[in-house]
Amino acid sequence: MFNANEVLETINMVEREHLDIRTVTMGISLLPCISGSAEKTAQKVYDTVCKKAENIVNVTRDLSREYGIPIVNKRVSVTPASIICAPFADKSYLIGKALDDAAQAVGIDFLGGYSALVHKGMADYERKFILSIPEVLASTQRLCSSVNVGSSKSGINMDAVKLMGEIIKQTSEKTADNGGFGCAKLVVFCNAVEDNPFMAGAFHGIGESDTVINVGVSGPGVVQHAIESIPNADLTELAEMIKRTAFKITRAGQLIAREAAKRLGAEFGIVDLSLAPTPARGDSVAAILEEMGLDSVGTHGTTACLAILNDAVKKGGVMASSRVGGLSGAFIPVSEDIGMIEAAERGDLNIDKLEAMTAVCSVGLDMIAVPGDTDASTISAIIADEAAIGMVNNKTTAVRVIPACGKQVGDEVNFGGLLGRAPVMPLHRGSAEKFISRGGLIPAPIHSNKN
Amino acid sequence: MRAVLTVVGKDKTGIIAKISGFLAERKVNILDISQTILEEYFAMIMLVDITNATVSLAALADECAEMGKTIGMSIHVQHEEIFNAMHSV
Repeated sequence: MFNANEVLETINMVEREHLDIRTVTMGISLLPCISGSAEKTAQKVYDTVCKKAENIVNVTRDLSREYGIPIVNKRVSVTPASIICAPFADKSYLIGKALDDAAQAVGIDFLGGYSALVHKGMADYERKFILSIPEVLASTQRLCSSVNVGSSKSGINMDAVKLMGEIIKQTSEKTADNGGFGCAKLVVFCNAVEDNPFMAGAFHGIGESDTVINVGVSGPGVVQHAIESIPNADLTELAEMIKRTAFKITRAGQLIAREAAKRLGAEFGIVDLSLAPTPARGDSVAAILEEMGLDSVGTHGTTACLAILNDAVKKGGVMASSRVGGLSGAFIPVSEDIGMIEAAERGDLNIDKLEAMTAVCSVGLDMIAVPGDTDASTISAIIADEAAIGMVNNKTTAVRVIPACGKQVGDEVNFGGLLGRAPVMPLHRGSAEKFISRGGLIPAPIHSNKN
Repeated sequence: MRAVLTVVGKDKTGIIAKISGFLAERKVNILDISQTILEEYFAMIMLVDITNATVSLAALADECAEMGKTIGMSIHVQHEEIFNAMHSV
């Protein structure tokens, strides 16, 4: 028989502390869809996604009822579309439309993989594909896009970085009526991973098998509550407590992932150990850092607290799951975390501190609104800084910024739902245009030569 | 298949009678019961076998939650594996 305290602890985690499975993401290979024409390929893409993911909504709903744990998001990631579109890059938008239609047909809110991997070089068909992103994101609802511009092994492709600054600006302008919402569906990566289940950066890498299930767990509220229960513990004890809590959360994710894979006829891929916040109170990574002893997230000590949290979550999670992958780190998306939103509004959290925080956690400058008149070259420079942190530290970093058209520091962009609201953050005034216009490749760091 | 049924709420007479009758109607077999009173709150944990039940686990969970509302109790039915997974190495 079960220990009553353990049973009630689990129920409490769900009822009061927002424990949930953040996402069950089905990765689908689109390589078999490549056909002689864009039109034929688009049809095959639509059919493949509809067939493979047709039961994802029903299955996750049943699992949620049977195990008593909410499953918040059901999603699909696909092979980077630039590969599928290579023979007819001018018509990439047809594939984008097919993917968006398929997402709607199977009843999911986001589908990731309108993506390109250009970390070492950008072929002509990849440039054409990337140029299609603003219009495709503006004319679709559910499609997410990502571009990998650097890696620890290859360096940073600054031509791609320059282009992405322009693409983000255009995407914002094309979706200006919607607060620049297109930019919330567009991520620029360094060291992108092939099995990330989280949007907007999910895609199904070409090293993956045909159909896999990747699961992202959540539970900042559970970790916060665990820390609350030991107010006078030293940091060693505190790290232990986070580890134990992360273990429990991850085991729930592992169980759901295995069962979902079995029922959907897919392979079990990975469990992503990221602590993903939502704008709901009590579901905040910022609140965990403040519970550790900070007046406000963003103040001195924030980076150290985040480093403790990120490491302890991984240690507990790795023990709990047979296959760990994805991004696996604490997320710090500004608009999606009530503690981050409030700290940014108070002026306690700025972009420089956020950048420092990304050196010790997953994943990057995420869901940050910047003034609408920000130059493309400034956005490129922000991407270059983030990519440099990722490249040198052998970790994934990303940039998902939203230039808020017509808005200034002090204004706010509101996306609603899980994407939350973002106060427009001030940036540095000096230009980096000359640096960005140089182009070329930033050479990979010396420690990439490991062979 | 086994599931764990949890009942939490303010203590009053007839809770076990009501729930065991409800389960018997659906051919759910009770394997074990443990019950405590935490302050004035009633907390009961039942291990049940649903192999021969007339409803699916998902439907049973929904029906029990609904029934719980009528008697002012919070009732959860969950696959036993979730507790094994989270609380044992």
